[in-house]
Amino acid sequence: MESVPRLIFIVLSLLTLVSGVYVVTSRNLFHAALFMMASFLGVAGLFVMLEAGFLAAAQLLVYIGAISILVIFAIMMTRRLMQTSETPYNKQFSQSFIVAGLVFVLLLFVIVQVWPVTEGGAPDVPAAVLQGSVIELGRSFVDPNQYVIPFEIVSVLLLAALIGAIVIAWPEKKQ
Amino acid sequence: MTFNILEFLKSLLALRVFDYMRQVWAGKMDAGLVEAILDLVGILVVSTFLLLIALFLIWFERKVVARLQDRVGPNRVGGKYGLLQTVADVGKLLTKENITPAGADLIAFNLAPIIVLSAALLLWAVIPFAPGVIGANLNIGLFYVLSISSASVVALLLAGWGSNNKYALLGAFRAVAQLVSYEIPMVLALLVPILLAHSMYMQDVVANQSVWFIVWAPLAAVIFLTSALAELGRTPFDLLEAESEIVAGFHIEYSGMKFALFFAAEFINTFFMSALFASAFLGGWRGFGAEQYPLLGMIYFLIKVFAVYFVIVWVRATLPRVRIDQLLNFNWKFLVPLVLAMVLEVAVIDKLLPAGASAVTRAGAHLAGQLLLALATLEILRRVAHQRRLAAMGELAPAEEEVEMAHGEAHPAPAH
Repeated sequence: MESVPRLIFIVLSLLTLVSGVYVVTSRNLFHAALFMMASFLGVAGLFVMLEAGFLAAAQLLVYIGAISILVIFAIMMTRRLMQTSETPYNKQFSQSFIVAGLVFVLLLFVIVQVWPVTEGGAPDVPAAVLQGSVIELGRSFVDPNQYVIPFEIVSVLLLAALIGAIVIAWPEKKQ
Repeated sequence: MTFNILEFLKSLLALRVFDYMRQVWAGKMDAGLVEAILDLVGILVVSTFLLLIALFLIWFERKVVARLQDRVGPNRVGGKYGLLQTVADVGKLLTKENITPAGADLIAFNLAPIIVLSAALLLWAVIPFAPGVIGANLNIGLFYVLSISSASVVALLLAGWGSNNKYALLGAFRAVAQLVSYEIPMVLALLVPILLAHSMYMQDVVANQSVWFIVWAPLAAVIFLTSALAELGRTPFDLLEAESEIVAGFHIEYSGMKFALFFAAEFINTFFMSALFASAFLGGWRGFGAEQYPLLGMIYFLIKVFAVYFVIVWVRATLPRVRIDQLLNFNWKFLVPLVLAMVLEVAVIDKLLPAGASAVTRAGAHLAGQLLLALATLEILRRVAHQRRLAAMGELAPAEEEVEMAHGEAHPAPAH
C-alpha cells in the first residue's frame, strides 16, 4: 500500500474504533449517539477505500441519515434518560464477552477460510465489481440465477413492515 | 518535461492545468503524492470559490428581492450598487462576540456549524463545471449527492439540541420532518434524468443532453425544483426559520462567525441546487463550442446556474409561507404519489422505445408521456375538489339529498 492511502486507512480505522469505544462508555446518551454516527462515518470511509462507492453512499444514507436520526429522536423523546447519573454498565460482562468472542472467531474464520486475503491483492472478486459497477449490482439483484429470490423476499418483508406501521398509526374507527 | 510559465497559462485557459502538472511532475515525484497534492489544490480552489461566491450571492439575492419589492436594496457600501455590502457584513460578523448559551451541549453546539458547511462544500465534488472538469466523476454521482444531503440533516438536530433553547429544538424538529419528507420526491425526480441518460455519472447525464432534459421531462423538473426549495428551507417552505413563529429556528442561539457559517452554508446549498438543476435538466456546460473550449462550457454553466438561482429568488419574493400541515400533506398526499407514477411512466416509455431511436424521437415520446401524466393529475385533482365541494354542500343540505349525492360521483352540483 502506498503511503497516503495507508495514512487515510489508519485515520479511518482509529475514527471507527475510538468512537466505537466511546459509544459504549459515554455517560451522556446523546453523545453516545453522536459517537455512533462518527463510527458509521469511519466505516463508510473504509468502504470508499475498498472502491465500494455505492456501499459507502448507502452506509451514509441509511445509517447516518436514517437510523442515527431515529435513535436521536428516541433519545430526545425520553428526556429523563439524559439526566441519569448511573454508570452505563450492567452486570452482563461474562455473557457479552462470550458473544463478542464468538463474533470475533466468526470474522476470523471468514477472513482466513472463506475469502482468504492473498498476498498483494484483492480476494477473488469479479472485475466488474472491482470497478464499482452499479449496473452489475442492479442486474444481479433481478437475475433469476443470482439474487432475485432473496431480493424479492426482502422487498415483501419491507412492504409488510410499512403496511403494519400504517395500520398501527391508523386512527381507530368509532363504532 | 520542464515547467514553462506560458504552457502553464495555456493549460489554465484550456482547464487542463492538472494534466499539465501531472506531466511536469511525472518521474520527479511519487505518483500517489502528486495525486494527493493535486486533490488538495482542487479542494482548496473549489471551496474558496464557493465561499467567495456566497458573498456575491447574498448581495445578488438582497438586490433582486429589493427590486421585486419596489425597493432599492443595498446602495451605500462600495459604490452606487452596494457591491461591498456583504464584505462589510462579514467584517461585522467577524468582530462579534461568540456567545455560548448556558447549559448548551458544547460538542453538539460547536460541531453543528462545521458539519453544515462541510456538507455544503462536499456536495460540489460531483458537479461537472465544464467538459472534463469535475471533482470526482463517481459512478454513483447523484446517489452521492443524496447521501451527503441526508447526512447533513443530523447537523440541524445537533444545533437544535445543543443550543438548549426550546425554539431551537422546535425548529430542528420541523427541519428534520420537512427535510426527511421532501427528500423522497426530490430523489425520485432526480431518478428521471438518470433513467433518461442510462447512467449515474454526472458527466454522462450532461453529455447525453443534446436535447435538454427539461424538454423530455418538464414535470420532473418542476417537481425537482419544488422539493429542492423545501429541502433548502426557502420560502415558501421556510418553516425551519419562520421568524414570526419560532424566532429563527435551529440557529437562534448562534452568533458571530458560527451564525455566518450557517448562513454561508444556506447560500452555498441554494447555489448547489441551482447547479444540480442546471446539470440535470438544462444541459449543464453544453452549448455552442463548449467541447473545443472548456472555458466557454464553464461560462455557459454559470449562466444557467445563475438563471435558476434567479428563479429561486423570484419565488422567494413572490410566495407567502405555507403552514406545516399544508407542507406535509402536500408532500405525502400529492407529490410522492405523483412522482412514483412519474418514475414508472418514464421507465416504461424508455423500455418501449426501440434501442436505436434518435434523441429527438425519444424526447418527443417522453414529453408526450409527461404531458399525459400531467393532464391525468389535473383531472384527478379536479374530481377530488369537486367531490369535496359536493360533500361540503351535503353537510349543509337536508339528509335525503346527501344519499343521492353519494351515488352520483361526478354529478354536476345540484342547484339550490
